[in-house]
Amino acid sequence: MRNESNGFHRFHGTAGYIASGPLVDAVNCAVALERPLLIKGEPGTGKTLLAMHVAEGLGMPMLSWHIKSTSKAADGLYVYDTVQRLNDSRFGGGNVSDIRHYIKLGPLGRSFAADERHVLLIDEIDKADLEFPNDLLRELDEMSFTVVETGEEMIARERPVVVITSNNEKELPDAFLRRCIFHFIEFPDAALMRQIVAVHHPNLDATLLDQVLIKFYWLREQSELRKKPSTSELIDWISALLCAGITPDQIESHIPFIGALLKKEQDADALQRFHAKGGHYPSRWSDLGPRYNQ
Amino acid sequence: MFLDLFYGLRDEGVPVALQEWMTLLEALRQGLHGSSLLRFYHLARACLVKSETYYDAFDRVFARIFRGVEGALDITDDVLEWLRDPKNFPALSPEELAKLARLSGDELMQRFLETLAKQTERHDGGDRWVGTGGRSPYGHGGQHPTGIRVGGRGGGRSAMKVAGERRFRDYRTDVALDGRQMRVALRRLRQLTRTGTMSELDLDETIDETCRNAGEIELVFRPPRRNDVRLLLLMDVGGTMDPYFEPVSQLLTALHEERGLREFQSYYFHNCVYDHVYSRARLTRADAVPTGDLLRRLDERWKLAIVGDAAMHPSELLEAHGGINPHNTSPTPGVAWLHRLASHFARAVWINPDERELWDQTYTARLVRRVFPMFHLSVDGLGEAVQALVGARV
Repeated sequence: MRNESNGFHRFHGTAGYIASGPLVDAVNCAVALERPLLIKGEPGTGKTLLAMHVAEGLGMPMLSWHIKSTSKAADGLYVYDTVQRLNDSRFGGGNVSDIRHYIKLGPLGRSFAADERHVLLIDEIDKADLEFPNDLLRELDEMSFTVVETGEEMIARERPVVVITSNNEKELPDAFLRRCIFHFIEFPDAALMRQIVAVHHPNLDATLLDQVLIKFYWLREQSELRKKPSTSELIDWISALLCAGITPDQIESHIPFIGALLKKEQDADALQRFHAKGGHYPSRWSDLGPRYNQ
Repeated sequence: MFLDLFYGLRDEGVPVALQEWMTLLEALRQGLHGSSLLRFYHLARACLVKSETYYDAFDRVFARIFRGVEGALDITDDVLEWLRDPKNFPALSPEELAKLARLSGDELMQRFLETLAKQTERHDGGDRWVGTGGRSPYGHGGQHPTGIRVGGRGGGRSAMKVAGERRFRDYRTDVALDGRQMRVALRRLRQLTRTGTMSELDLDETIDETCRNAGEIELVFRPPRRNDVRLLLLMDVGGTMDPYFEPVSQLLTALHEERGLREFQSYYFHNCVYDHVYSRARLTRADAVPTGDLLRRLDERWKLAIVGDAAMHPSELLEAHGGINPHNTSPTPGVAWLHRLASHFARAVWINPDERELWDQTYTARLVRRVFPMFHLSVDGLGEAVQALVGARV
């Protein structure tokens, strides 16, 4: 009854993406059960990247659907381009009598129509209207929809692997949540962060990395900050430091290129005031809390 | 052991329903946990818990139940098979109940089912309870006992008892104050108008115009439809309103989440509106906003909703300098301010959390009712209030 490995696609992370154990399990669970995978987490923890690497890891092509506040659920399925049809009927281009020429499939529609199994990314679903997820319930459950204009029914040949990301801007409806496999990407701890940095900057000097991480986690601990720096900002910051040829000594008591880490004016000001008052930046792990010294 | 996990989570207030449970069992059947407790933990969390805010509760329950279980998990196929069969759960016939109770051997489960059975009999609108979609075990939504809100936050109380207690409050719309239902009631708070930039293609009009133009294409644009409702909410806080803290804050949350509103502002007062209202519930002088400013700033198109029990000493309403707060020396009596508010805004309502029967017994509430149409703070009352704010005038 257990079919541990009967041809299931298995995701293990990829060379360019370090995935934690729970995340790998959640991905595989969603793939095997053909349920949408809902990913939440702090901005910059790699939610969107995950979908790309799931596609890479499983060897499937990817389609993405970036949600905006004006997105409608129907747009993901198909759009009927009436204006083009009107235009063609006036100027005699195309085959006006066949309405099918004017049905343009959206990302979800294309993933249904495709011959091979796709990874479909529905990015930042919380940006859309409150009812948006509910409008997709049936389509995601049954992986089929009807094109009203032609009466044609689109049924997914291969059920796509659906990855949905959310930034928690809005509460998602319960009925929608019930159908998803959920994973919350925790903020990486220092050990995982070393691995992540190593992926992007493979030959980084160890002492420099230590100083960088100490400053980074220290900044994140500061409760006054309005916006905590995230992983992607750390990576950018290290790039900036490397380009400028900063040495570990220089960063010990300073935080150069603070603009790469802090994006709010008030935060940068607060840090400047801290420095002006003679505050010292930590330079050893023991200066941070017990969480970092186990 | 597995049922312990399910009900343990529900005890902790994690909203786990049968659908999630089935998902987990399907995952187990496929062997995704790979006979490791850690993998099982990840799997169970991914399937059962849908918000990071419940991760902690999940950890606590998991630790409690699986304490002492190490290494490989041995789930016999029989047990799995039985658990997997949804017919065992929602059918609720006496035989099924007995079977369930026998098979689970779990006292909590048994009590839970007893409660459930009793409530199905008693409950007038039974469809809400077991789900409208007939009794097909595979129906979505309501079929499984999701209806039970297990609010087991308090440590000592039996969660099942709480489940029983809370049922009526959550499901009867005449008294219910469930956040979701409130949002649904408020959704009707809209007047769709087309104003703003012409950014949407008006297809019907385009085709008409094109025909009129003998096939020469004529594109017609129109502004998109949007909600034009601006709402001003004034809330009574403190004193006799304290027992209503929860429903009032739920209403406020629902309104904040109701992004359809064009504009929304809320202020606080105590007992009656005088020459100042307050931007925060602590009502300090720093938060004071002159009521007159409010009237100048917000024109008559704004809708006014006042939430309060309208219960106070008559002098607070009728006399100059009547305010109960000694710092608040308004020379204008409260009732005059209420009249000014009512005449300034084209549509205004008073939403009262007290039961309707109390309204007539309270002298000041009777007076306030002469100024504002009064509605009860319940889903039904809210629906009527919304109707009074945006519906056709009667």
